[in-house]
Amino acid sequence: MVVLSLTAVGLGLSGCGKRPSQGRTLRIVGSTSVFPFAELLAEAYRDVRPDIVVDVQAGGSTVGVVSAKDGICDIGTSSRELRPEEKEGLTRIEIARDGIAVIVHPGNTIDELTSDQVRDIYAGKITHWRQVGGADADIAMVTREEGSGTRGAFEEIVMGKTRISPRALVQDSNGSIREAVATSPNAIGYVSVALVNAKVKALAVDGEAPTEEHLESGAYKVMRPFLFLVKGAPEGETQKFIDFVLSADGQKVLKAEGLLSPSKQ
Amino acid sequence: MTRVHPKTKEFIAKMALRGIAAVVILTLVSIVGYVIVKGVAVIDLKFLFGQPRSMGREGGVFPFIVSSIYITVISLAVSIPLGLGSAIYLTEYRAEGWATKVIRFGIDCLAGIPSIVLGLFGFSFFVKFLHLSWSLLSGGLTVSLMILPFIIRSSEEAIRAVPQSYREVAFAAGGTKWQSVTRVVLPCALPGVMTGIILAIGKCVGETASVIFTAGTSLRTPQSVFDSGRTLAIHFYLLVRETGASDMAYGSAATLLIAILSVNFTAYYLMRRFLRRVS
Amino acid sequence: MNLTRDRVVSPILFAIASFSITALFVIGVFIFVEGLPVMLRVGVWKFIGSSEWLPLEGKFGILAMIVGSITVAVGTLVVAVPLGVGCAVYLSEFASKRAVAIIKPSIELLFAIPSVVYGFIGVLFIVPFMREHFGGDGHGFNIVTASFVLGIMVLPVIVGISVDALQAVPKVYRDGSLALGATQWQTTTMVTLKAARSGILAGVILGMANAIGETMAVIMVVGNAVVMPNSPLDSVRTLTGNIALEMGYATGDHRQALFATGVVLLVMIMMLNTLTRYVTRKRVARQ
Repeated sequence: MVVLSLTAVGLGLSGCGKRPSQGRTLRIVGSTSVFPFAELLAEAYRDVRPDIVVDVQAGGSTVGVVSAKDGICDIGTSSRELRPEEKEGLTRIEIARDGIAVIVHPGNTIDELTSDQVRDIYAGKITHWRQVGGADADIAMVTREEGSGTRGAFEEIVMGKTRISPRALVQDSNGSIREAVATSPNAIGYVSVALVNAKVKALAVDGEAPTEEHLESGAYKVMRPFLFLVKGAPEGETQKFIDFVLSADGQKVLKAEGLLSPSKQ
Repeated sequence: MTRVHPKTKEFIAKMALRGIAAVVILTLVSIVGYVIVKGVAVIDLKFLFGQPRSMGREGGVFPFIVSSIYITVISLAVSIPLGLGSAIYLTEYRAEGWATKVIRFGIDCLAGIPSIVLGLFGFSFFVKFLHLSWSLLSGGLTVSLMILPFIIRSSEEAIRAVPQSYREVAFAAGGTKWQSVTRVVLPCALPGVMTGIILAIGKCVGETASVIFTAGTSLRTPQSVFDSGRTLAIHFYLLVRETGASDMAYGSAATLLIAILSVNFTAYYLMRRFLRRVS
Repeated sequence: MNLTRDRVVSPILFAIASFSITALFVIGVFIFVEGLPVMLRVGVWKFIGSSEWLPLEGKFGILAMIVGSITVAVGTLVVAVPLGVGCAVYLSEFASKRAVAIIKPSIELLFAIPSVVYGFIGVLFIVPFMREHFGGDGHGFNIVTASFVLGIMVLPVIVGISVDALQAVPKVYRDGSLALGATQWQTTTMVTLKAARSGILAGVILGMANAIGETMAVIMVVGNAVVMPNSPLDSVRTLTGNIALEMGYATGDHRQALFATGVVLLVMIMMLNTLTRYVTRKRVARQ
């Protein structure tokens, strides 16, 4: 009886939600970095096409690539460039570019580092803030988990062939790295530029601060593309959504959050 | 060394124990109290029935409440028949022996499986193998595996508590085994069984690890069981991860806690009535 | 007609009852099938014995995480057992009826608090506390933090089971001891606790199993670094945390390795289960 009444409540409540009449569902799966922006785009798209349900799942850049390839979803998302072996059969559409900022606690005396220093810190070679001109404390490095698109991009651009030290603390999203750094005076981390807020301080790398103009000009080098991946050629509703995202309206949504427009190709 | 008088030892021990108990209770109560107090301010009708905005940083949690209810209903719908049936069989139909030992072993092991491993299984079996994809159905079925042992155990206890004399009367009146079960034992054990079910609801609502890989993280209000949906517990986890101790986080947590506590409180009340009736 | 129904019902119910063991079997099979290939390819001993976890380079050694899980579980018990058993002793032996009537249900009510809430509180209070007062690596995400968080979390379990175990000790034991002139405290420590020992131990093992199986709350506070810990103030990664962190991103070998981690977890839990049965069987035999 309890089950019946709960079922009734549940069904009743779901009836109250918005219901597209003959709605088509667009399934988007992939990067946790792209996820919040894809959600914003889905929200904006609802105003334009209320009959389309855009369903966004996070899971990781790699899951996005694989799901797109397997045809499990309409659009796979990735926050890192495709590897050569992944490119086959996929249409790659760059929807935005995102810088990766190296962040520290706002109270940290350091304002800038060279990319070599960042690399050595994450490799575990530099372990004390004094060694780079800072306070008398050990450095607590925070990184993303293996397989994260953000980590992959960071490794590719900053670390090169050097491995990130296993002693680094691991948090499972941009937001949680930001929270960890915001509350730990000796921490250093890397997050999407779009997610930097007043709680953390973004360092200048190799003399260039991660401002919008430095990102556009390429002076700030730590940058990665946000990709939409479609199996074969996009068509129908998928193509329409991609058009929306690349249009002025769609780009406005992304720019408002701090992302850059896709590179001119 | 002078011997300490046993009475003194006892006095010290009593004080220490009282202190320990106080610490335990204060800790637990203050955790719950803190979250609820900070979160209640955020909860209003707009919060409970509104849609999330801006990636869930603002707005309401309605879709998540719906998803949580869906998952709870699905897992109960599966585990109650299975659980109650198993409990009836173990207590009424089979004397303790080889078969029951094996079955009990299965139940105990099932109970011990970490929720994340069940999530792995749910992902590989429901989401992929059965092609159910990320959906409330996958999530509900996985959670049902989590609560099944619990329902079996609590139902068993409730059924065992029914005095043997009741059954004997049923037989004396000419009833079959099944009739004695359905018309005498079960109605009598019902409050106890209900209590177990209601407690299981609390566990369903709080599940995260087994749901996050099976039901997905979609922000939409689900339209059917085949849709993906984010439960309130998972939403809370993601909020903490992305926004730290934000208002929305507190609000979600408070909603969760209030829901679970009221459910458990009802169960406790029912149990008291049951005990009073049987004794 | 009624008798036919009875004959039909019995096997149906048997099938239902067997569902649990069938489900367990299916679960085991699925996890093993997905995980075993990579374990065999890497070599079972190397998988369990190496602490090099570099999935993108094909190195799968989970020793650091086994150690992580065990140290966190032990730490949890260090926190939860004294507090939990102490509280249980108080409730069962020394508290007034009124106190018990208020306290016991309160603890049971708190039993279903979602683990993520505990993790939240841990991040909010315990992590900064550890960072400021215990220095260490200066960030507060370590084994001790996780032990506190999980310790609080398993308290209701340990208190509940211990109270039951203590209550199950026949009154005559206590009466006999008191009649011999022992104080209540002496009775408790020398007689009642000893008699309830196996029940309490079962509860402790269950608490340990809960700690090993916990995921979300742990990820939030333990730091998740894949290293062998040198001190309790080090950050570690648990087996469960590893699965949760990397599952979303893993493909191919990497994913299989995570399933293999699941296999290891299952084995650990089954060992703990068997240990519980052994412990409780001893008590039955003795009586």
